[in-house]
Amino acid sequence: MPQADPARGAQAIERVGCAACHQIPGIAWPQGASGPSLAGFADQGLIAGRLPNRPDVLTAFVRNAPATLPGTTMPAMPLTKEEARDVAAYLYATGSR
Amino acid sequence: MQPAAANTGPGWPASIFDPAGPYAGSITTLSWLLLAMAAGVFLVVLVALWVALFGKHRLQKRLGGTRTIWIGGIIFPVIVLSGLLVYGLSLTRNLAEPVPANAMRVRITGEMWWWRVAYLDARGQPVNIDANELHIPVGQPVVLELESSDVIHSFWVPQLSGKLDMIPGRRNILPIQADRPGTYGGQCAEYCGGPHALMGFVVIAHEPAQYHAIMAARRTPRQQVAGRGEQLFRSTGCAACHRIAGTDANGIAGPDLSHVGSRSSLGAGILPNNRGTLIGWIGDSQSIKPGNRMPAYKMLPAQDLAAIATYLEAQK
Repeated sequence: MPQADPARGAQAIERVGCAACHQIPGIAWPQGASGPSLAGFADQGLIAGRLPNRPDVLTAFVRNAPATLPGTTMPAMPLTKEEARDVAAYLYATGSR
Repeated sequence: MQPAAANTGPGWPASIFDPAGPYAGSITTLSWLLLAMAAGVFLVVLVALWVALFGKHRLQKRLGGTRTIWIGGIIFPVIVLSGLLVYGLSLTRNLAEPVPANAMRVRITGEMWWWRVAYLDARGQPVNIDANELHIPVGQPVVLELESSDVIHSFWVPQLSGKLDMIPGRRNILPIQADRPGTYGGQCAEYCGGPHALMGFVVIAHEPAQYHAIMAARRTPRQQVAGRGEQLFRSTGCAACHRIAGTDANGIAGPDLSHVGSRSSLGAGILPNNRGTLIGWIGDSQSIKPGNRMPAYKMLPAQDLAAIATYLEAQK
């Protein structure tokens, strides 16, 4: 993903606490279990089982999930557009290891 | 990629080399002095060792003489350590001085594994109850009455003061002061059982005017929203352990939630506070802070968790 930085994504993930609900590779703590594990995300076909797993969709989803997929249980998170892109890049980077 | 530290809460990790007030300042100065002196002595010992191993015979003889033992082993340490003791005590005198009688007082009670916070009035009566977060005005000492309701904890906000134990049955007094506004992280510093490492604390220092505005807002009765979240909060039993001022939720086993919506952190200073972490915490706090006394509410459908989160977010 051009202009996106997985390292900045990791910082954003820690700042807003994504791991409170998700196990995320490379994030040692917490390893929340309310939401699905995000390990191997790049190899996943769908986001939340419904949306195509594309960078633009993922970027929109991590920032404002309810707007992207009405009825989803994941809430909107306090991320800027740039941060959301970094977070998406991080999830793809960990998946393709 | 850096793995996250255990405590990623606001203001943490707090630098012990960056004091924000006079109490922490004197401790930092003393620490640097001790470090410098220890480094000096270490250097002298290394030189002596080098002489003993590789030095000229004449020097080796002098080094092994009684004179060296008297000077280096007795006279020097007595003078230096006595001087250090006197200087150290005078430097940290502010830590032992009687605290001003009119200073703001807050009672903080250590609980397994969080902190009960009670702002006190002049007569020592609680006027506002909160948890895991303390708001203070800058530029003045704030007196903390430290207590424990179960085991020994230790209160430590490195940038504002030293550590002090919280001992069951005892009230320890610790003055803190911040001279610049900011968020200062704290941590329980005495092992107190399972999730001890995840027992964080947050102090937020404001300009006095802003501080008084926050406290005044807390004293104004709130319009309570009677929605689905509020119903669920009752029906799922949250109120058995948690209190929300102005409602009939008055449990005291867990942290007071009257101002949870305005808190900077969740889970006792360890997680950022937002909608996502709030839902995650209510749904399965055990996966975040294993062993804490709040059960996981995995049986609640996600929509219910979201409704409860909405209700709690409104408790400013």
